[in-house]
Amino acid sequence: MATTHTHTNIDTHHHDDHDHEHHEGNFWTNYIFCQDHKVIAKQFLITGIFWALFGGILSVIFRLQLGFPEMSLEWLRPLLGGWITPEGKIDAEFYLALVTMHGTIMVFFVLTAGLSGTFSNFLIPLQIGARDMASGFMNMLSYWFFFLSSVVMLSSFFIETGPASGGWTVYPPLSALPQAMHGSGLGMTLWLVAMALFIVSSLLGGINYITTIINMRTRGMSFTRMPLTIWAFFFTAIIGVLSFPVLFAAALLLIFDRSFGTSFFLSDIYIGGEALANVGGSPILFQHLFWFLGHPEVYIVLLPALGISSEIIATNSRKPIFGYKAMIGSMLFIAILSFIVWAHHMFVTGMNPFLGSIFMLLTLIIAVPSAVKIFNYVTTLWKGNIRFTSAMLFSIGLVSFFLTGGITGIFLGNSAIDIQLHDTYFVVAHFHLVMGSASFFGMMAGVYHWFPKFFGRMMNEKLGYVHFWLTFVGVYMVFFPMHYIGIAGFPRRYYSWTNFETFEGFTDLNTLVSVAAILTLSAQFIFLFNFFYSIYRGRKASANPWKSTTLEWTTPRNPGHGNWPGEIPAVYRWPYDYSKPGAKDDFIPQTIPFSETQESNLPHENELIKLETSNGDGAIVVEGSKH
Amino acid sequence: MSVDIKEFKIIEEAKKPLSMNPKKFALWLFMMSVVMLFGAWTSAYLVKRADTGWAEIILPAQFWTNSVLVVLSSVTMIWAYLAAKRDNIQQLKIALAATMFLGISFLVGQYMAYGEMVALKQHLTGSNVSHSFLWILPAVHGLHIVSGLVFLAIVFINTFMFKVHSKSLIQLEMCATYWHFLGGLWLYLFIFLLLNP
Repeated sequence: MATTHTHTNIDTHHHDDHDHEHHEGNFWTNYIFCQDHKVIAKQFLITGIFWALFGGILSVIFRLQLGFPEMSLEWLRPLLGGWITPEGKIDAEFYLALVTMHGTIMVFFVLTAGLSGTFSNFLIPLQIGARDMASGFMNMLSYWFFFLSSVVMLSSFFIETGPASGGWTVYPPLSALPQAMHGSGLGMTLWLVAMALFIVSSLLGGINYITTIINMRTRGMSFTRMPLTIWAFFFTAIIGVLSFPVLFAAALLLIFDRSFGTSFFLSDIYIGGEALANVGGSPILFQHLFWFLGHPEVYIVLLPALGISSEIIATNSRKPIFGYKAMIGSMLFIAILSFIVWAHHMFVTGMNPFLGSIFMLLTLIIAVPSAVKIFNYVTTLWKGNIRFTSAMLFSIGLVSFFLTGGITGIFLGNSAIDIQLHDTYFVVAHFHLVMGSASFFGMMAGVYHWFPKFFGRMMNEKLGYVHFWLTFVGVYMVFFPMHYIGIAGFPRRYYSWTNFETFEGFTDLNTLVSVAAILTLSAQFIFLFNFFYSIYRGRKASANPWKSTTLEWTTPRNPGHGNWPGEIPAVYRWPYDYSKPGAKDDFIPQTIPFSETQESNLPHENELIKLETSNGDGAIVVEGSKH
Repeated sequence: MSVDIKEFKIIEEAKKPLSMNPKKFALWLFMMSVVMLFGAWTSAYLVKRADTGWAEIILPAQFWTNSVLVVLSSVTMIWAYLAAKRDNIQQLKIALAATMFLGISFLVGQYMAYGEMVALKQHLTGSNVSHSFLWILPAVHGLHIVSGLVFLAIVFINTFMFKVHSKSLIQLEMCATYWHFLGGLWLYLFIFLLLNP
């Protein structure tokens, strides 16, 4: 009912703790098969936290083996059973399974589904001013496909031959031949099924995010008034919709190779002196297909974290984000480049060196938009009125990791230096900092910042600080020494180095890394306690605890289905009007028209008022109430 | 919370941002991901073809007939759309039934094409990789055709419930878009295989 009459903007609704819409439905429709984007976001978050803990524990188990090769792990037998050898060591093949599953879980289940799934679902409708996603049903399906995928992946830990063990990249022929190792049997089949389900979930989610952002924005929410979080989720979803189908294509061909006897990726293989029937395939072809997804996947993981930190850094520096359009431009540029650099993962596969140098050039160009982003973060912080909330600390931590991890990317992107460094711990250190830890910190920052909107309560800041400092120091203690270990030539994925004279050194450094890993994981329990305690017992949040400008803080404390009890607010300005000279307050929400802030308007903004008011029949106004 | 009362304020109008029907938009995005899927397979095909040891494929003659069927089904789909636009429900039902019939004939035709491939000793396994590709590509396309037929069936049932007419075209339009896309996808695959045996 768009009435264009003068309008009294009386707020007829109590902005109480609860909005007064009637909640229909039962437990199943409200909490389990719910189509509300906020509940789905929470489902993604909780599942993501479960997987993060699970993946973290896996990493500590294999760090025990690497840091303390002589230690008896007999005490893990109740948990791992036959995977602890009679000598009290981790079974060598199970070690590979641990590494594989740690990678798969962290990359896909935590930092893709847990990060994008949580924050895209939660923030897109709230920040663009929509009642819900374009299709709540598809959104629900997206979660349940993810859940199903999780169940299948988890079940592979409970089979006799163990989970997939060929590395998270599942390169054939190791992954294609069930007889190659235990993990290539049923475990690999379950991995492929789980990933197929995961891709379906990602596509359903991604299509929904893009559709919602483009078509469901509230009045006045033009593209250049969208918060950077939304821009980041937007690019992330586009990358996902374009790259996940390619992984699906590769996985399908791999399934045919494994189960139907084709030879897309197999050729000239001898097992026990016997030649296999498979001829004519190429394992390198799989790598091309895999990394065509695999590299964009890195940015699927990272971009949402960058968007979240942009928002948090601007809010808590009480300053407009520096270079709003440069931020969008650099994300767009990163998104485009992400599709044309995949072969830098394959410099040593025997590719033409000329081709290698092209991919090297394209890879190094990514440093440009990345540097723009770092520069903008720092200039936003510069002379800001900084509030060190937990979320802010984690965002600054992200910037730090993005920088230290990004710099080693310049070494690795170089096709000549890569000959020495590929498949060493240098690579492990690089991507854990720039993609793993940076994205994880973005996710943590998001949880701390939007917790009041998720659950209507505040998390404990003191515990947040402890969590941050332990994790921040811990992460650097884990991954910084790895650069040295890597330069010394230590290869990834090796079960044990003590058998090689070359790798006898650095035992103490490896012990340090393992101790730090255990500390870092322990620190996460502080977060878990804080998180679950605060859901029930945290201090009640005010409507806009961070004095933020974006739309989600105009909803009631616990927004109900539909997010806003009355009209959806219209938007009149960009989301970064912090500390605007002349303004009454140090922030102006997006919903405040320029006509109400004459004292702080810039000349062109005053122009905007005139332009708008001459547009209709005299006094113009927003829609009347729907009631 | 305080209740703000701002009486008779003159404020600038917030413009409604550009948007289209979300469902149609989502369909286009889905088709984009299908393009990427088939793009991946056909690029893999090209990469593999450049390798040594590639045996050239012989396309079944049945593919020509099937391609004609696909084009015809798109024509009947356009007919269905025009009929719905003119509220000619009887014609709409006939046209949709014809489209479904042609779609099913296409699948039967593809099945016969597989028979021809076997006769030409181009098997899924045991022969050259090129033959494996020749089996997989029509198969995955056929799966998409099945999804298109399901969509058509839903629209067909809805015509009997008087839910498809000139005032309610969105579902039919989406179905038509998807169907033309699948037809186009087949023609792409066919021409691709013709040009890169």
